[in-house]
Amino acid sequence: MKPRIRTPWVVLPAAAAGLLLLLVPLAALVARVPWARVHAALLEPALRETIALSLTSSVLAALLAALLGIPLATWLAGGRGLHRRAVRSLVTLPMVLPPVVGGFALLLAFGREGLVTAPIGLQLPFTFLAVVLAQTFVALPFLVLAAEAGLRAVETRHLEAAASLGAGPWRVWTRVRLPLAKSSLGAGLLLAWARALGEFGATITFAGNLQGRTRTLPLAVFSALESDPEAALVLSVTLMGLALAVLFALRGRWFSVASSDPEAPR
Amino acid sequence: MTRRSLAAVALMLASPLSGCGRAEPRAMVFVAASLAAPFEELERAFEQAGGADTLEVHAAGTPSLLLQLRAGAPVDLFVPADLAHMDQAIEAVGASAAPLPIARGHLSLAVRAGNPKRVEGLADLIRPDLVPLLCGPEVPAGRYARTLLAQLNLPARSASDEPSVQGVVSKLRLGEADVGLVYHTDVLAHPDLEEIPLPSAQQVPVLYLAARLDSGQAPGPAGAFLKFLRSTEAQAILRSHGFEEVAP
Repeated sequence: MKPRIRTPWVVLPAAAAGLLLLLVPLAALVARVPWARVHAALLEPALRETIALSLTSSVLAALLAALLGIPLATWLAGGRGLHRRAVRSLVTLPMVLPPVVGGFALLLAFGREGLVTAPIGLQLPFTFLAVVLAQTFVALPFLVLAAEAGLRAVETRHLEAAASLGAGPWRVWTRVRLPLAKSSLGAGLLLAWARALGEFGATITFAGNLQGRTRTLPLAVFSALESDPEAALVLSVTLMGLALAVLFALRGRWFSVASSDPEAPR
Repeated sequence: MTRRSLAAVALMLASPLSGCGRAEPRAMVFVAASLAAPFEELERAFEQAGGADTLEVHAAGTPSLLLQLRAGAPVDLFVPADLAHMDQAIEAVGASAAPLPIARGHLSLAVRAGNPKRVEGLADLIRPDLVPLLCGPEVPAGRYARTLLAQLNLPARSASDEPSVQGVVSKLRLGEADVGLVYHTDVLAHPDLEEIPLPSAQQVPVLYLAARLDSGQAPGPAGAFLKFLRSTEAQAILRSHGFEEVAP
């Protein structure tokens, strides 16, 4: 009989401290919410407009990140050369940059006087599309890193077996590799969506802050923070509730770590 | 870890603590962002006049200052950009004396230097071919702008409720916006912006008041600095930055 692997007790105090650090501020927020106002607030058209805007933009951003990120992750997972390492560092850069700097960079590239958009006369700032772009910019690195890890974890023997049976690269990728990396891709997608939902700095700098067009929930919280703290609390708890609802709905199913064994239970 | 490296680490950790245990705490001065530039000069002038190392000046957006104040920052002197935030500050922490005016200003209709889009006045804010920018209503500059526009029966049209005047200024300078309502002092500070002159009837008074708050811990230096701010020397410095004087 295999011995049960027990957690060494020394990790427990630090683990508990880490958990408290995350949960206590959230609990403090929830404790101060004026619950009587929440019900009335949820009926306000402005808030529902903001929620719809946040949900739509974050889902679109996650999908765009997947559309661009999974191919990029596939290429990155294709080898270990110096050029791939360099590209991987560049892809990680938006994670390190303060989001406001990211937004500023987006403005310089895709603004009205932007490097790319000025010659073609495109007006992106202050539009809903700009919100999606800003969120995609910050969420893409998360998706690429998770997807690459998952794709790398797919054992080559499965890919080789498919190839030896006559499958071309496209079929190997779509019928074998991607499905085997499913759980990591799902986790990456969820992570990208969560990051996009909470995005603030790049959005407010590149897309602006206009009710009904570019004011997402995080921007609404910021706008209310200084003038109407109670409203900020209501908005914050709405954002938390949304995120928790989605995470709960997808509980466990999409969150498992990369497993290279297709027969292992997920 | 060797004993030597342990000692080095201990020394590194202890060095920031050497600032503690000062005989006199510094007066904490919170000023609106639009006053950041003149207050740098005012702080230097005050220190040269004998108030060396007695002040700690923090400049930031007025709403952000109020938030920190409410959260317990030990502010001695508060200089917001409008009366509304001053009232809220006094309501939150109390003040022993009434606020005193230290400067006046006004709003400007700002465009890029050369006026490439041929803006002529406030009515052009609703021109469909222009991208206008105002601050959000919770920001003093945004409140002044909306009051002004309301008085003239013009809609407060903006592509975004910018969280700070600096945001409006930056976007104007970058060419991402065409016209905005900012402070006159902001236009003076940036040669790549120019203002469209507005008739005096199209103005709202921008008043900067300073108050000594009860939350402070250095009333002595705070009182001295406040007196200095109302002196001729300080008023001259403020004037050189584009602010208007107040009656002594």
